[in-house]
Amino acid sequence: MSGTSYLFDAILTPLLALSLAALGLNLLTGYAGQLSLGTAAFMAVGAFAAYNFNLRVEGLPFVISIGLAGLSAAVVGIFFGLPSLRLKGFYLAVSTLAAQFFVQWALTKFDWFSNHNPSGVIDAPPLVLFGITFGGAVGRYLFALTVVTAVTLLTLRLLNTQTGHNFIAVRDHELAARVIGVPVLRTKLLAFAISSFIVGVAGVLWAFAYLRTVEPHGFNLDRSFQILFIVIIGGLASIRGAFFGAALIVVFPLVLSRVGSFLLGSYFDSGVLDMSQRIVLGVLIIAFLILEPRGLASLFDRLVRFGKR
Amino acid sequence: MKTTAFLKPLRHAALGAALAAIVGASPAKADEQFFPLQSYRVGPYAAGGTGFFGGFIDYLNLVNTRDGGVNGVKLTWEEGETQYEVEKGVEVYERLKSRPNIAAWTPLSVGIAYALIDRVTEDKVPLTTINHGRTDSTDGRVFPYIFPLLLNPYSETSGIVNYIATREGGPEKLKGKKIVVLYHGSPYGKETIPIYELLAEKYGFAVQQIEVPHPGNEQQSQWLTIRRVKPDYVVLRGWGVQNPVALKTAQKTGFPVDKIIGNVWSNSEEDVIPAGDAAKGYVAITTQASGAEYPVVQEIVKSLYDSGKGNLQDKKRIGSVYHNLGIVNGILNVEAIRIAQVKFGKRTLTGDEVRWGFEHLQLSPERVKELGAENLFRSIHVTWDNHEGNGYVKFQQWDGKKWTPVSDWIAPDWALLRPIIEKSSEQYAKEKGLKVRTKEEVDKVNGPTGVAKQ
Repeated sequence: MSGTSYLFDAILTPLLALSLAALGLNLLTGYAGQLSLGTAAFMAVGAFAAYNFNLRVEGLPFVISIGLAGLSAAVVGIFFGLPSLRLKGFYLAVSTLAAQFFVQWALTKFDWFSNHNPSGVIDAPPLVLFGITFGGAVGRYLFALTVVTAVTLLTLRLLNTQTGHNFIAVRDHELAARVIGVPVLRTKLLAFAISSFIVGVAGVLWAFAYLRTVEPHGFNLDRSFQILFIVIIGGLASIRGAFFGAALIVVFPLVLSRVGSFLLGSYFDSGVLDMSQRIVLGVLIIAFLILEPRGLASLFDRLVRFGKR
Repeated sequence: MKTTAFLKPLRHAALGAALAAIVGASPAKADEQFFPLQSYRVGPYAAGGTGFFGGFIDYLNLVNTRDGGVNGVKLTWEEGETQYEVEKGVEVYERLKSRPNIAAWTPLSVGIAYALIDRVTEDKVPLTTINHGRTDSTDGRVFPYIFPLLLNPYSETSGIVNYIATREGGPEKLKGKKIVVLYHGSPYGKETIPIYELLAEKYGFAVQQIEVPHPGNEQQSQWLTIRRVKPDYVVLRGWGVQNPVALKTAQKTGFPVDKIIGNVWSNSEEDVIPAGDAAKGYVAITTQASGAEYPVVQEIVKSLYDSGKGNLQDKKRIGSVYHNLGIVNGILNVEAIRIAQVKFGKRTLTGDEVRWGFEHLQLSPERVKELGAENLFRSIHVTWDNHEGNGYVKFQQWDGKKWTPVSDWIAPDWALLRPIIEKSSEQYAKEKGLKVRTKEEVDKVNGPTGVAKQ
């Protein structure tokens, strides 16, 4: 019983939240070709916006709070996406770093965002969707699953529309895209908006379904990098890749840590174990990237093809 | 031949019994009490983590080897590395919470403690945050399972302000003084912002609070601000690497070190030794003395370190501030169990029974002496609605080699703080829709076979 609660509370729910964040970033980086290092900031915007809408607008259903949180993140995303009209590649990545630092600074500086809580840590309200309260480990997981499924389906749908094709056109050859009549500026901003919306919703899940507490510190640059790595390891421009990558990044360290403490726990202290896990994980990531630069999604496709033969 | 035939059934029986003992021993579980430790031995706060958890584990180990456990109940523990990160702390909680016989949680991080408040309350297991934590969890009426033992952040603040007042020659001399609080950019660091404002208003001094972003290895701009403000005192509310960097930067910008007062997480050897000369004359608050001369520390040296079973890798750290705090934390946890055992029986207790023990954790100076900790810490008096337990504080000065006490045990101004704490906790109860607990509910304890009404 409690074993299941570990599976849901500590593995599957964060996995879903990070997958969704990676999906959002993948839309921007993988499909539309715009590199961003501000993912965690947009997650933070989502989480804090959901908290504040929920707190300050009486009787607002939580599902609307989530939508509004996504929209808030989208607005912030468009703002920090403006440099993309002029900047490309690494330069754009550096300018999105501004989002990372600015948002964290603003959330810490103005304690209105955390309802004047002295510690700046806020408790998440219970999850209620269409009158059903999602309590317990499985409940929270189902809540996250519902949200992630809905958003993923919408994203899939979006990629098959003209807008989705525009994303890819802009990524592959901006000049050619402009020549054939793709509105490049609009497309880029739209990519930032939609991506940030999804990332914002992921932030809500991370804070409300998984941690059940919201603090700006949890959305630092490390988290942005973590999500970027998920996208790269999972496979750029692949919906599936986001989920595979998140599975590797979330689950693998846990497996390593449990195996490590089971096998060697009596010989080494937890600090040594933790360090060695990082080394193992780092080596694995390098190996993955050398052997399969197109990510886990591509590896999976090959396996499927191999199985069919 | 005949004898063997005669012995055969006997031998079988013996073999069977031995087998049963081996097989039966593990699942049947002798009386045990498990401590899940959300520790950190890597990362920017490793010095605090290794010292504190080293001391805690050493004391649990001492109770096992010296007394065979608490009245025969063995103490067990397992560590999970959190690196002081909330997300990792939550993962460790979920990982270890299914273990049987959990006594209490010790995250040693305000952020993690915040994230666990709902969880431990649901699971009915106590969580202690010695010398830190969420201040209003002192109010046991609203937070039945959270224990900011010995010294909550408000009491600490009051202690520091009182000390500054004594140095200036009385509380009325605080009027017109200027104090800067240099705080760690984390939930822990921010916890005291409102109380400094309040005390500033009460005593008429000016306060300016400056944040140092985590982890705090760059403070040039903060100290330039301090130089401009020219305060009479700087209170260092730091953690980890922030502290030595603060002391060194203070020296560089020419702020006198004896006007810097360290808080209870800026008071260790690990904070001052790396600062070298810059730390000489630095004064900090503490709830437990440093040094290895206390009988309980000596026993730990004798029965653990002399046979290579001690937890600290560096023996020089025995009796350091964090190590001793870990030992004090061990004493408080073990005594809570012992007190609960008097009521519920000398067996493995449920988390809720240990909670009852913490709510009756009253150690007089005499009892502290019996435990071999006289002068290590003064006393504690936890009740069902006061989960802090009125710890006393002392001020110590670093002379370049060791800490020397510069004050006697001082009592913070609890009467002043209590209404503020109650206001905050009642607000929390209202927000969360919680019922404020009454005294009668304290004795409704979840035993091994469900709720037993006393």
